Amino acid sequence: MLEISNLQVKVGGKEILKGIDLSIQPGEVHAIMGPNGSGKTTLAQVLAGRVTYEVTGGSVRFEGKNLLAMKPEDRAREGVFMAFQYPVEIPGVSNAYFLKAALNAIRKYRGLDEIDAMDFVTLIQDKAKLLSLDETFMKRGLNEGFSGGEKKKNEVFQMAVLEPKFCILDETDSGLDIDALRLVADGINTMRGPKRSMLVVTHYQRLLDYVVPDFVHVLVDGRIVKSGDADLARNLEKHGYGWILEEAPKPQAARP
Amino acid sequence: MALDAKQTYVAEFASSEANLSGPAWLRAMRKSAIGRFEALGFPTQKHEDWKYTNLAPLLRVPFKPAILARPDGVVAEKLEPFTFGVLKTSKLVFVNGRYAPRLSYLRTLPEGVRILSIADVLRQEPETLESHLGHFARFQDDSFVALNTALFLDGAYLEIPKNTVVEEPIHLLFVSTSKELPTVANPRNLIRLGPASQASVIETYAGWAPEVTFTNAVTEVAAGPASVLDHYKIQRESEAAFHVATMSVDQDRNSSVMCHSMSFGGAMVRNYVHTLFRAEGGSLGLNGLFMTSETQQSDNYTRIDHAAPACTSVELYRGILDGRSRGVFNGNIYVRKDAQKTVARQTNKNLLLSKDAFVDSTPGLEILADDVKCNHASTIGQLDESAVFYLRSRGIDEEAARHMLTYAFASDVVNQVKVAPIRIRLDQLILSRLPKGSGLGESL
Repeated sequence: MLEISNLQVKVGGKEILKGIDLSIQPGEVHAIMGPNGSGKTTLAQVLAGRVTYEVTGGSVRFEGKNLLAMKPEDRAREGVFMAFQYPVEIPGVSNAYFLKAALNAIRKYRGLDEIDAMDFVTLIQDKAKLLSLDETFMKRGLNEGFSGGEKKKNEVFQMAVLEPKFCILDETDSGLDIDALRLVADGINTMRGPKRSMLVVTHYQRLLDYVVPDFVHVLVDGRIVKSGDADLARNLEKHGYGWILEEAPKPQAARP
Repeated sequence: MALDAKQTYVAEFASSEANLSGPAWLRAMRKSAIGRFEALGFPTQKHEDWKYTNLAPLLRVPFKPAILARPDGVVAEKLEPFTFGVLKTSKLVFVNGRYAPRLSYLRTLPEGVRILSIADVLRQEPETLESHLGHFARFQDDSFVALNTALFLDGAYLEIPKNTVVEEPIHLLFVSTSKELPTVANPRNLIRLGPASQASVIETYAGWAPEVTFTNAVTEVAAGPASVLDHYKIQRESEAAFHVATMSVDQDRNSSVMCHSMSFGGAMVRNYVHTLFRAEGGSLGLNGLFMTSETQQSDNYTRIDHAAPACTSVELYRGILDGRSRGVFNGNIYVRKDAQKTVARQTNKNLLLSKDAFVDSTPGLEILADDVKCNHASTIGQLDESAVFYLRSRGIDEEAARHMLTYAFASDVVNQVKVAPIRIRLDQLILSRLPKGSGLGESL
């Protein structure tokens, strides 16, 4: 589904990703772990299409198509979704309007009619229940005045409504108390299926107790230095990142 | 150039003086106003209040006085877009500054409420006006008020007796049209609210592109003790129109006035709102939006005079500027020495949608009292690119994302409008400039 080859990315002239290779098949959940500043969020944002990141080498193919050549909206329409680490507050645009506009933009791209108003209401009620979201929040401004936990719930809620093929979850567990974490994890797990893949970016192993990944990759200084299964995440939780840093091959000198 | 324009208006006064209606006191006032106008001339950019405004384009146009223009071709259907859907209103229509009875309609009103053409009042009972007309909008220092005072033909006279509540809004619709030569009109309105009375008044200024017109309007408001006024000024003239409007509000004890100013049309627009708290306990809201594109110029000057203690003013103005348009916000709040316990808050936020758009924002606060709560804030910025990205990352195309965020910027001001049909009409006007955001209004 997603093929990342030798992806190199600069931010403000500084090299952040130094050659990422990652292959994700349909139905797989991959976790990217790593210490602060290792490039996790950069990877997530580049896949979603943030323009402030400069791709200097490598490629990303999504279902065989060149993902990096697509505008952010087209990536979303193709089925890529990123749950933001810091969702933006937009007073004056209601959650309901925003979500309907997004859903219809995606449907139009896929040659479908706009969603019927009643069907939309039913859809959001069902999905809101999944995350125990109060219905009044649909009328509020997008993320306006939401707590950190509400914002994260709203990201997963949007994901549930838009039903993407490939989900990127950027630090979705940060700022959540244990109850909210469970709800969010349940929401994510409900969406797991043979055709949907996920990339879970996280600093802590906590979320991975609930959303058990098929593969875990450790990102250090812009490179994946170790890959394994869910046990790798548990080891990291127990022993920290130190042992991996020692084990990892030293970065090669820059090629001329 | 300016001299020529000035002389044209002075000559117009001389030739039409005999036809200008009114009793002796008004004739004297007109004479003295044209004298002041002649002495002041049109303001130049050397004048502090006009330094961002080049009047040359206005002074270049040879306007024909509206008194000579035939108001033909205006039928009720043409006015439909300027009304408010299901909202029931009494409506006075003025075409080129003159009352059009066949287009106007009064609904059943509470006893004693008077909604009249000011020309009719001058013919039938001029003494009604003597104690108010020209008392609030003073022409001594203002060329445009002087010009209006000298030359006005008509306008609306509203009188709400004490303890009377007029539930349905009163709509004053001023349309400007010029089929052949550019025309100028000087509508003049007087709104009097008796003690503990209440009313909503909408002034709409409208026209049709590409007609070149010049409206120089003056509205005077006397808000009696404990009266409540909800006032809307909606400026929708043609993109080729010139529009100068002065609103002077005089607030008595414990009165509550809300002035909404929504400015969309016009090549060159100047909105001036001047309010005075003459006695304690008053409250005032100034709620403004100006939206410009291409080469439009929209100036918004406000002056709030806290001359009495324990009054509250809250001012919120937002500007949205696209293309090569220019905007000005200039807000002055004066808190006089005896105006203790004043609360005054002023906020102006501006959104620039293109790199060629430009806005000057000058908030101003002059405080002579010491026990007051006053603040002001002003910002000029672009759309938040991280918000644009957030919307795009959900499948919304870039233009739609920008339109949604621009609409959201305006919504703070629009949401202050409590009358739903007016709010819906304003939403439509905003969204007509943001077509990709359509559908936003009704879902909110």
